[in-house]
Amino acid sequence: MTRQLSPRPSTRPADPGAGTAKIPHRRWTARNRRDFFVFLAMALPNLVLIAVFTYRPLISNMYYSTLDWTLGSPTATVVGFTNYVTFFTSSDAPKVLGTTAVFTLVTVGGSMVLGLLVALALNAKVRGTTFARSAVFAPYVLSGVGVGLVWLFIFDPGYGVLAWLLRGIGQQSPQWINDPQLSLVMVILVYVWKNLGYCAVVYLAGLQSLPKDVMEAASLDGANGFRRFLSISLPLLSPTTFFLLITTMLSSLQAFDLIRIMTPLGTGTSTLIYEAYLQAFGAYNRAGYSAAISVVLFAILLVITVLQLRFVERKVHYS
Amino acid sequence: MTSLSPVSPDPTAQAVTAPDPGLHRDQPFSRRNLIQTVVGGYLPLLVATLVVFLPLLWMVLSSFKQSGEIVTTDLKILPESLNLENYRTAMTTVPFGQFFLNSTIVTLAGATIKVLLAILTAYALVFVRFPFRNFIFLLILVALMVPPQVSILPNFILIAGIGGKNTLWGIILPGLGTAFGTFLLRQHFRTLPASILESAEMDGAGHWRRLWQIVVPVSIPSVATVALVTIVTEWNDYIWPLIITDRPETMTLPVGLTLLQNSESNAAGWGVLMAGAVLVIVPILIIFAALQRYIVAGLTQGSVTG
Repeated sequence: MTRQLSPRPSTRPADPGAGTAKIPHRRWTARNRRDFFVFLAMALPNLVLIAVFTYRPLISNMYYSTLDWTLGSPTATVVGFTNYVTFFTSSDAPKVLGTTAVFTLVTVGGSMVLGLLVALALNAKVRGTTFARSAVFAPYVLSGVGVGLVWLFIFDPGYGVLAWLLRGIGQQSPQWINDPQLSLVMVILVYVWKNLGYCAVVYLAGLQSLPKDVMEAASLDGANGFRRFLSISLPLLSPTTFFLLITTMLSSLQAFDLIRIMTPLGTGTSTLIYEAYLQAFGAYNRAGYSAAISVVLFAILLVITVLQLRFVERKVHYS
Repeated sequence: MTSLSPVSPDPTAQAVTAPDPGLHRDQPFSRRNLIQTVVGGYLPLLVATLVVFLPLLWMVLSSFKQSGEIVTTDLKILPESLNLENYRTAMTTVPFGQFFLNSTIVTLAGATIKVLLAILTAYALVFVRFPFRNFIFLLILVALMVPPQVSILPNFILIAGIGGKNTLWGIILPGLGTAFGTFLLRQHFRTLPASILESAEMDGAGHWRRLWQIVVPVSIPSVATVALVTIVTEWNDYIWPLIITDRPETMTLPVGLTLLQNSESNAAGWGVLMAGAVLVIVPILIIFAALQRYIVAGLTQGSVTG
């Protein structure tokens, strides 16, 4: 089918006889030319979609962030870096960046520590670990909206299970939803519940790949289980730990579903991603301002990703 | 250590018991040993499993409770009867049947196209000669790291501008480019022995036949992994459908659930909301229970690059 297409003189070998000896000159054989179009036919739709819906928005965001623009309005004014200046000098920045930092650090730390503990439990030589492993992982694949609603009911100060349990020990349930600090605690708890299974499964894979002879040697030397864990398993797991640190940090910075469903107004829970959403699609429709926050978020994600890439490189050299 | 096998001087028996020298085993069923196994082995597993399952169980139980059973300070664990009233209310307050249908269409259409695109792109990247193939792969790899959340505003403006607001194609289209599936399948295709493809090429099989008759059939587990992970993420996808739809006719389940949450805001609505949550969560829970091996592998492996 590529026969009719005009040959490209510049890339075709000028002298076929001489070209046979050198590989570069054989590039545009009929078969290679066919491959060229087969490749385009197969890969182009996907590549175009990725370019339009993944790469283009990054550039658009940077452009929008220089505009004073109400979403839906036909006109916009170019204001340069005003949106960034507004964000960083207003009370928004410390609040939003602080919430993002607290949410990210606590969820990352929480799901990694608990994930490691669960992984140790799953690594025990007893029956039922396969089932428990799947069970623990399950929340990770469930809809954040559904899960958020279930936990919102559990946290309900009037009729939730938690309120009932607290009443049992003579305590009043706190107002989880109205108090900004408590609502952040609530969302963090649920987020950790949903994501620790991921950490547990990745840690479990790490634990199971630890060299058995080293562990045996240590126990022959009289090191007890805790000692073995602290001075052998944990250091050997450091690649896994670093990998999880990066991936969980990236997903915590992108957490949206739980925040949206549990605290729609973002009271106390407005992280960068949620603030960007609220500014554009909440009450204000401040598209330019929202884009500026998105760019800030993207810059943070980029730094983490670059860190990860450098790590992956190092890991390749290790093995 | 050797005292463990007094009856068997056979050296292989020693080798079997050797890997566990640290565990002080007096006798397999001694009391100490049993307690150790239960406390150190089963108890943590049980606690972890319960922490996951109790909230979900609570959701299912509550979905059958009438408002009188929920709006009470006297907590009842089991519903009085398997009352489907909440499900009926959920269906009539908001068009839940429509949401379910929309979610199914979006998930199936989106996942089918994405898996197809991933297969084609991965095959092209591995088996078809093309200049800058590795650079193209790098661009896909980088796209994998761009979170969809930072793209929502520009994509909203684009899709709304071409009339995609409140349409199913508007929900599906922006997510169709697949970096994750392409990455995963490429990694797998590269492990296939070149010899099977070469012999097919000798027989005169073109790329299309080589792809569907050789590469895909031997890669079914990887394709299944990509398909299942895609189905799960499409079904759960929230932020994009939330933004691009504001009319019930085109809402997907998670967005519809938000709508239900707004209309059932009093305490009596919890039962209805739990019924709605069941409809969102249980289909994925069933798929996960049946095929968790692929899903866990795909999600923990694919995230190697973020």
